[in-house]
Amino acid sequence: MADPMKIRATLAGDSTEVKVLMSHEMETGQRKDAQGKTVPAWHIQTVTATYNGKTVLSAQWGPAVAKNPFLAFKFKGGAKGEKVQITWVDNRGDKRTDEGTIG
Amino acid sequence: MRIKFPGTARCAAWLFALAAPLALGQGSTVDEIAKYRAALQDGNPAELWEARGEDLWKQPRGPKNVSLEKCDLGQGAGVVKGAYAQLPKYFADADRVMDLETRLVWCMVQLQGYADADARKNPFGSPDRKSDMEALVAYVTGEARGAKINVALDHPKEQEAYRLGEKMFYFRGGPHDFACVTCHGDDSKRIRLQDLPNLTKAEGAQLAYSTWPAYRVSQGELRSFQWRLNDCFRQQRFPELVFASDASIALTMFLARNANGAAFNAPAIKR
Repeated sequence: MADPMKIRATLAGDSTEVKVLMSHEMETGQRKDAQGKTVPAWHIQTVTATYNGKTVLSAQWGPAVAKNPFLAFKFKGGAKGEKVQITWVDNRGDKRTDEGTIG
Repeated sequence: MRIKFPGTARCAAWLFALAAPLALGQGSTVDEIAKYRAALQDGNPAELWEARGEDLWKQPRGPKNVSLEKCDLGQGAGVVKGAYAQLPKYFADADRVMDLETRLVWCMVQLQGYADADARKNPFGSPDRKSDMEALVAYVTGEARGAKINVALDHPKEQEAYRLGEKMFYFRGGPHDFACVTCHGDDSKRIRLQDLPNLTKAEGAQLAYSTWPAYRVSQGELRSFQWRLNDCFRQQRFPELVFASDASIALTMFLARNANGAAFNAPAIKR
């Protein structure tokens, strides 16, 4: 089981800014280990953010995204005390969902 | 990377690829590195270590199945807030000067019933072997963010540790005939493109000590101050500094005390 994400969401005017830190190795599949064997690719493939049951961001990621990725985005709307859910799924099918409260 | 914005919601998204290569230009390198650090400040992955450490602190663990919440870091049992800013210090119950790591080992042995060797193993993490010690250090240091560094030299053993640390700092040895002060005794010295703090001056010591532990982007790991000392020893080709040993506590004591007065600002993020 992957470690939880850190999610900060703040209301600024009529939009909400969301900042997410994810804990993931993001192995590219290009590296070789000490024995010369390829380290298999292992990275997040899709990220979705939902607010009030509605998807506000969906992204497809590849091996070029850094280890322990940081994602920041804004969406229109949002209200203090409401929740934003973030979900990622990696290429091993492992997934993780966390939610943050808008402050 | 492709991002699609469904519906009519207007979105803006940024993704900071933390491994982005540095734009290097001789002369302005320092400014560029400072800019790079500032850009990363917002999404410091050290927070992930802090969160894991807090969890480990509160979880009942070890043979006795108790948490570390009763651990006395010098400000009373269970007080974590700001405790790191006053370490290393003399602990009467152990009758020795201890830094944070040594104290954590002590608490893991005394409270949680771990064998000493088990509490000391795996002090520094790697991708396939996460270190609980580093996560705990991240949590405790994070709780001291903003606190003023205030290391006392009241007890004779504290003074002794400081003197020993000072001696180590100036001790030349190893195949390169190096001392800590060889690299850290002048302003504007550097290794490759990295500026080296002048640890013989208050400003240098304060800047250096108040910004460890740090998330090292190039390693993708959080690194503790202990790790920093160990790596300096490696670079000097000195014998390995034993984790939580008197020598390591003494050197930490010397550098921490010299940083007195600075506002602690870590876990930070470094190249």
